[in-house]
Amino acid sequence: MVINGKTENVKTQTIKNLLLEKGLNPSVVVVELNGSIVKRADWDTTLLQETDKLEIVSFVGGG
Amino acid sequence: MQNDNLKIGPKEFTNRLFTGTGKFASPELIEPMLTASGSEMMTVALRRVDFAAGQENILNYIPKHITLLPNTSGARTAEEAVRIARLAREAGCGDFIKIEVIHEMKYLMPDNEETVKATAILAKEGFVVLPYVLPDIVTAKKLEDAGAAAIMPLGSPIGSNRGLKTRELIEQVIENSKLPVVVDAGIGYPSQAAEAMEMGAAAVLVNTAIATADDPVLLGRAFSYAVQAGRMAFLARVREEQKYASASSPLTGFLRD
Repeated sequence: MVINGKTENVKTQTIKNLLLEKGLNPSVVVVELNGSIVKRADWDTTLLQETDKLEIVSFVGGG
Repeated sequence: MQNDNLKIGPKEFTNRLFTGTGKFASPELIEPMLTASGSEMMTVALRRVDFAAGQENILNYIPKHITLLPNTSGARTAEEAVRIARLAREAGCGDFIKIEVIHEMKYLMPDNEETVKATAILAKEGFVVLPYVLPDIVTAKKLEDAGAAAIMPLGSPIGSNRGLKTRELIEQVIENSKLPVVVDAGIGYPSQAAEAMEMGAAAVLVNTAIATADDPVLLGRAFSYAVQAGRMAFLARVREEQKYASASSPLTGFLRD
């Protein structure tokens, strides 16, 4: 699975679990799966596959 | 002074200095700077989460009443800008978006054409679009038609502190566009912010100058005064420049023959 541009070996799990596993605060991140935004309400029920491409983004300082 | 608030999209701003969150030596300077300057809207960027870094999020340092203006920095095309904008909105902090489409890295010159394209798409999706562009009245008209909520012409290259090098072009845009004009990029000194406001700009956006100053809190306050002074001067309508002198004291009653 590719997460933020890097290939990682992660077990099949929900988006919500992956975020928690990575120690992220779910309330400040946005998730895009295979080019489509996944709404927060669906993180608990969306299962990730080996072939998935995931982007996990958040706000940072910028002008 | 009666209500001189600035309306952009659904929001009304009492303070015409917008600020940015980039380049601060520490994000803890942001809140005191906002208190000192009274700025009510701040830009942020959207990036991949760095899993190795700590959990601190920029939003922790921005008071809740501040309007967030996410930018599409990183986008090199309209398509990339649209993608970033949709992701930014999903964060749930509002519909404002600063379209920034840049692929020229020496001057960080925005791509006006791609910015117009992105504006048209995002305005239709209900975003409050503030496009960052090189000032040009032709582009300004296209942005107006595309549904932009304001126009953000650059004064000089991002982070350069060189002031209003594009002054005449900004004047043209202010004269010819119905959109609120927010001068953004290159403003280095409060006097330059005042200059923009005296010309009739609706607001200014300052990031680098404040964030990289030795004392960002003090400079934030200075910029706030300058923006107010410039705005008041604009509203007061200063008499136009004269070629020749006109005496300030009477030309009669001299103490001589």
